[in-house]
Amino acid sequence: MEVVVESARFAVFAEGLEKRYGKVKALDGLDLRIPGGKVCGLLGPNGAGKTTAVRILSTLLRPDGGRAEVAGFDVVRQAAQVRCSIGLAGQQAAVDEILTGRQNLETFGRLYHLGVREARKRADDLLERFGLADAAGKQAKNYSGGMRRRLDLAASFILSPPVLFLDEPTTGLDPRGRNEVWEAVRSLVAGGTTVLLTTQYLDEADQLADRICVIDAGRAIEEGAPEDLKSRVGGDRIDVVVRSAAELPVAARVVGRVCGAEPEIDREARRLSAPVMDRLSALTGTVRALDDAGVDAEDIGLRRPTLDDVFLRLTGHRAGEKEEEVAA
Amino acid sequence: MTHPIPAIPRSVPDRLRWAMADSWTVARRDLIHWFRQPFGIIVTLLFPVMLVLMFGYLFGGAISLPGGNAAGGGDYREFLMPGMFAMTMAFGLEATMMSVSTDAARGVTDRFRSMPMAPSAVVLGRSIADMMSSALGLSVMVACGLVVGWRWHESFGQALFAVGLLLLLRFSLLWVGIFLGLMVKSPEAVAAVQILIWPVLFLSNTFVAPETMPGWLGAISEWNPLSATVAATRELFGNPGWGGETWIAQNSLLMAVLWPMVIFAVFFPLSVRRYRRLSR
Repeated sequence: MEVVVESARFAVFAEGLEKRYGKVKALDGLDLRIPGGKVCGLLGPNGAGKTTAVRILSTLLRPDGGRAEVAGFDVVRQAAQVRCSIGLAGQQAAVDEILTGRQNLETFGRLYHLGVREARKRADDLLERFGLADAAGKQAKNYSGGMRRRLDLAASFILSPPVLFLDEPTTGLDPRGRNEVWEAVRSLVAGGTTVLLTTQYLDEADQLADRICVIDAGRAIEEGAPEDLKSRVGGDRIDVVVRSAAELPVAARVVGRVCGAEPEIDREARRLSAPVMDRLSALTGTVRALDDAGVDAEDIGLRRPTLDDVFLRLTGHRAGEKEEEVAA
Repeated sequence: MTHPIPAIPRSVPDRLRWAMADSWTVARRDLIHWFRQPFGIIVTLLFPVMLVLMFGYLFGGAISLPGGNAAGGGDYREFLMPGMFAMTMAFGLEATMMSVSTDAARGVTDRFRSMPMAPSAVVLGRSIADMMSSALGLSVMVACGLVVGWRWHESFGQALFAVGLLLLLRFSLLWVGIFLGLMVKSPEAVAAVQILIWPVLFLSNTFVAPETMPGWLGAISEWNPLSATVAATRELFGNPGWGGETWIAQNSLLMAVLWPMVIFAVFFPLSVRRYRRLSR
């Protein structure tokens, strides 16, 4: 009884999800809990199992093990009910290119079993809401990437589902398109929709998510608020590339002193990287100290933490690398 | 902004109603395509017409029909048209495959599968749309035939029966198209089928008599499902044919019904299985 009560508290609840393709384990006991009305960012590199997780939760795939409930319905046994409660926007805009924006939404509305008039009205509402009213009569193939994704989002939102799955919603978009999609997602979230969003970008999860779940090799390895995660990674970083690998130890000592933290060293790239507190003083301090120490730096730069940094911190290996490769 | 979530049908009649309504919505999408992209449908309709003109007037004079007034141009076109009808049906295979693989590649199929619609509607809608476009294509070809001098000489009922056999062939090939469309990774692979369809077309009784081919090749041609339909429709329309002494040539009418049923019996379960495997 306790388990039932617990899962009922979450809009998305997964426990020990497993999925194998031949010998490869795409999901290896994934646990996920998203309270209603929250946005969870599923963060991980290519092949971590993000898409597999979304496909199982949206009833497109059957899990090999474990169980999952979405909006209180079991994704295997109550797939039809789940489908009434979710919207799905995949890695590409799944719209009909030849149909106009309005025709697309009307067609999908009819397939959600709205009446003719209701489907038309809903299409108009959504076109307005997602800023596509002016392009309603244009064929989707003439839309920009951002517009297409917004049309795709609108189509997933026809029933105003309580749960929305967004699988890498901004992949392949230019910065403007990304901002457009982010705005659209924010407006949905403001309406109380629970969102599971997969992304390869830390800043995207940071922009949109209340909680971030980092997944690697089919398993959740870390979960927390974006702030917690970022503070663990250490905010901005300074990268120094030296001319020869022989200079790395000296440079590491210098940078470590300036930044007050042990830098990570990438021998192959002749690069070291350290977290910084104050961007400008760290940069000027590092430049001066390296110069004083006679280290010949090829490049020095400040940057925001990337997914790679998160991974290195949390797993001890880079995103996409196997642990053995690092150990070897 | 909340909308009533539709009640999921539980009884068989309710499920059927959903399946029919959804299939029609999916098929309707193709009808909109016709109006939105008239160029595409016009090319599809005119390509076989062009082939009729090419074979009928360019090559027609060079091919003599057995047991008939040799080099009678009108006769060759009388002979040619049933083959062209069947060819138009065979071309439909590519169209089906193209639509199915494009929807799968673009994620539209996944969108359908994540929606509370009748699962069967995805393929049923496809078959309704493709049968409609094939019926249209066949009408254009019949009109084209009438213009170049082709006529049916038997009863109207037999002519209708012949049309039915052609559409039956198309219906069976529909499932080959759905299966292949679900198999291939990208719509580009359709190009391979577009090329492969030509040898299948020529390895039949459509243009030349299988008897004039080397023995084994002739046997393949005679057993080609396309040949059965072509020979049967020639007979039903009362158009000249090759005849032939073999069992298969003598029983073309039977085979024109049997072959599509065999193709359907093989590819319908394969398609359903393939569709189900999408969730594996």
